[in-house]
Amino acid sequence: MNADQLLVKIEGIVIQGRSDEQWLPIINSVDLHLHRGEVLGLIGESGAGKSTLGLAAMGFARDGCRIASGTVEFDGIDLIAADAKVRRSLLGSRIAYVAQSAAASFNPAHKIINQHTEAPVQHGLSSRSESEKDAIELYRRLRLPNPDEIGFRYPHQVSGGQLQRAMTAMAMSCRPDLIIFDEPTTALDVTTQIEVLAAIRDIVKQFNTAAIYITHDLAVVAQMADRIKVLLKGDEVEESDTDSMLKDPREDYTKSLWAVRSFTREEKALASEEDMPVVRVRNVTAAYGKIPVLYDVSFDIHASRTVAVVGESGSGKSTVARCITGLLKPSEGAIEFNGIPLPADYRQRNVEQLKQAQMIYQMADTALNPRKRIREIIGRPVEFYLGLRGRKKDERVSELLDQIELDPNKFIDRLPSELSGGQKQRIGIARALAADPKFIICDEVTSALDQLVAEGILKLLARLQDSLGLAYMFITHDLATVRAISDEVVVMKNGRVVEAGGKTEMFTPPHHEYTSLLLSSVPEMDPNWLTELLQQRGVDNIGDAAIDRMDRT
Amino acid sequence: MKAVLLIILNRLALGVVTLFVVSVLIFAAVNLLPGDFAQAILGQGATEEAVAAIREDLGLNKNPVARYTDWLGGILKGDFGVSFAQANFSSFAGEDASKGGIGSVASQLEPRFKNTLFLAGVSAMIAVPLSLLLGIMAALYRNSVFDRFVNISTLSSISSPEFFLAYVLILFLAVLNPILPSLSNIYAEMTFGDRLHKTLLPALTLTLVVMAHMMRMTRAAIINLLASPYIEMARLKGIKPARVIIFHALPNALAPIINVIALNLAYLVTGVVVVEVVFVYPGIGQLFVDSVKIRDIPVVQACCLVFAAAYILLNLTADIFSILSNPRLRHPK
Repeated sequence: MNADQLLVKIEGIVIQGRSDEQWLPIINSVDLHLHRGEVLGLIGESGAGKSTLGLAAMGFARDGCRIASGTVEFDGIDLIAADAKVRRSLLGSRIAYVAQSAAASFNPAHKIINQHTEAPVQHGLSSRSESEKDAIELYRRLRLPNPDEIGFRYPHQVSGGQLQRAMTAMAMSCRPDLIIFDEPTTALDVTTQIEVLAAIRDIVKQFNTAAIYITHDLAVVAQMADRIKVLLKGDEVEESDTDSMLKDPREDYTKSLWAVRSFTREEKALASEEDMPVVRVRNVTAAYGKIPVLYDVSFDIHASRTVAVVGESGSGKSTVARCITGLLKPSEGAIEFNGIPLPADYRQRNVEQLKQAQMIYQMADTALNPRKRIREIIGRPVEFYLGLRGRKKDERVSELLDQIELDPNKFIDRLPSELSGGQKQRIGIARALAADPKFIICDEVTSALDQLVAEGILKLLARLQDSLGLAYMFITHDLATVRAISDEVVVMKNGRVVEAGGKTEMFTPPHHEYTSLLLSSVPEMDPNWLTELLQQRGVDNIGDAAIDRMDRT
Repeated sequence: MKAVLLIILNRLALGVVTLFVVSVLIFAAVNLLPGDFAQAILGQGATEEAVAAIREDLGLNKNPVARYTDWLGGILKGDFGVSFAQANFSSFAGEDASKGGIGSVASQLEPRFKNTLFLAGVSAMIAVPLSLLLGIMAALYRNSVFDRFVNISTLSSISSPEFFLAYVLILFLAVLNPILPSLSNIYAEMTFGDRLHKTLLPALTLTLVVMAHMMRMTRAAIINLLASPYIEMARLKGIKPARVIIFHALPNALAPIINVIALNLAYLVTGVVVVEVVFVYPGIGQLFVDSVKIRDIPVVQACCLVFAAAYILLNLTADIFSILSNPRLRHPK
């Protein structure tokens, strides 16, 4: 077979989605060509139509979507004209799919290996026992722990990163010609992401499989793809091979995507020992019921400073925030505000004390009451904390809207559903500001947002800090954000503070072992980054394996 | 497994508590009924003395709390008391009713209850598999002509009164085409085959009554899951639609389906009064209605308690099965 042979040919495809009784375009006439053994990266922000286009390459449209016109050819077969039976015989056997969340995409009712062998057995490609043997071999190649045994567990018994690799193995079960990877690492922690990336890249190369790799993370796509296609709101922006795309993007939109990570803030000098911190977390130990989550956590947050609390899911970052706000009572230790201990339970705090711990949440969507107008959403804390009513209250709300750069006349009477994601998050900020606090907890405030929008939010937070002297506790797992805005960094792992200090100090070696693993796991734009890192650390010293090794010593 | 066992024991204990509360409610409610047995059998011309004598005889003049504890104490020993109506008859026949003779509530209840269970069993054997099958097919061919037909026909059968369905079935299966008998007068000496033959018509009526609920829940529970990522994954693996539904959706839809099945099985035991009357089927429902008519309080109370126990037991079983259908509980980390 010729290596240059065209495998997928999509031409002039238009995909529409149904909304409010009419068909709206999701993809406007896009072409896509993919050769055998080639990896194409599809990138764009949310709503760009990446996943829709990826699924269209399988001849598939989700419920509520339809392929309105255009052609999809796979190895010379017209997937749109083909009847359902023909399409079904190709899916799974020659075209496979790896979904974003392996935890949701594995059927909870069946063992992993039974789901693995389903496609080969149902397509009549191999017997169950052959396929089982092959599954174990694939698990071994993907470096899953206990490859002989892991497949016989149920999905909920296996960690997220391992499940994602098991899903990649499942996609390989019929040795397909093409795999669609739909954001396979977005839901994972950085240290886990890297082992999945290494495994995917490895196995795709070993079997010379063509792939479409969908992601919103440029640094990830740089490691994985031979060519990159950029999408914006259903239109193709540009396409070229990875090297030239990174070095020399042609279109303004692409350049702006590349430039997002450039926002940084000067680090302020470390606070002196004598300065009274705004918030002091002192030797806090806490548990959910009988399960301990925090062990002896201490750190200070000073006025006009941002302390970034970093760590992976389950490290206890958000639990610290719950202790500070009084939602969770620590079993030992205390939270001090301006040197005075706060009551541990928020119900025992007075209004003045409650004012001081305001939160901005990750999902602005769910943190705003969908049935209340902006006037009420921001007005309520204004009334509760400051006791303002009537015209004074409205004036204060308008003032707050001005501060978050939204025109009060236009926005004050809107419902949350009439706002974009970034605007909703701004309303979340205004609501926190309404109490006139000295200290705000930002819990992953940018992780649900696209990069350009997230940058706008970070800039706004920085400006507010400078003008109002706010202290921030910034909870995040994204080290790029930490680098952009923090003054001090607290690294947490398994409920303990592993390392703490000024930003520059934290980002220069030597690090604590875990910090160094965390830092080295963040993908960089250099396409050779992953290769070099694997050479440096060794394949068995990344991700879960590295953490296990650390825990043992 | 230990966690599951603990949950089951917990549920069982709750079931016992519920049954106790229900027994209090039943006793209170039955005693609030207007009129009493003594007046009912003696008629309007009864003298004060005669009524008082019968009351004395049956223990009706004791205070309610003492009567309740007597009753409950008896039940715990397996003695449901003496039927008022039969007590007369048995004393006439020279028997001591309280020793479990023909006058005891238990001896009256037992054959009737067995008959009702037989009818419920036959109906369930037809209705449960049929409604599961139709539900699965309706989910598979959703929004098709088949789906609409099944939905409309089961809905119209559940919306019609039971006696109407019974008469329609009698008309078509007993009168116009004499295949099945329209009277279901079964007795203990019958062979199993005869018994089944006589029971079939009421069982079919009950099937029509309970099917809609179970079938529609099966359909809805499956369709509810069709948007989940693992169903999309199965489709993208090229799995046939029927296999997607049965192998991937159904195991995860079991919990709500089991609950609805249990609810309907309980209805088959407790809600059969009308159907039993229409077909003159000697079940517990008929006994219940007759006893209420003549204020035979011990029998009414016993029937109520049996109904309550059936409800609680079936819902308990449903709870346990839906817990067991969750792999997270069966296979902890």
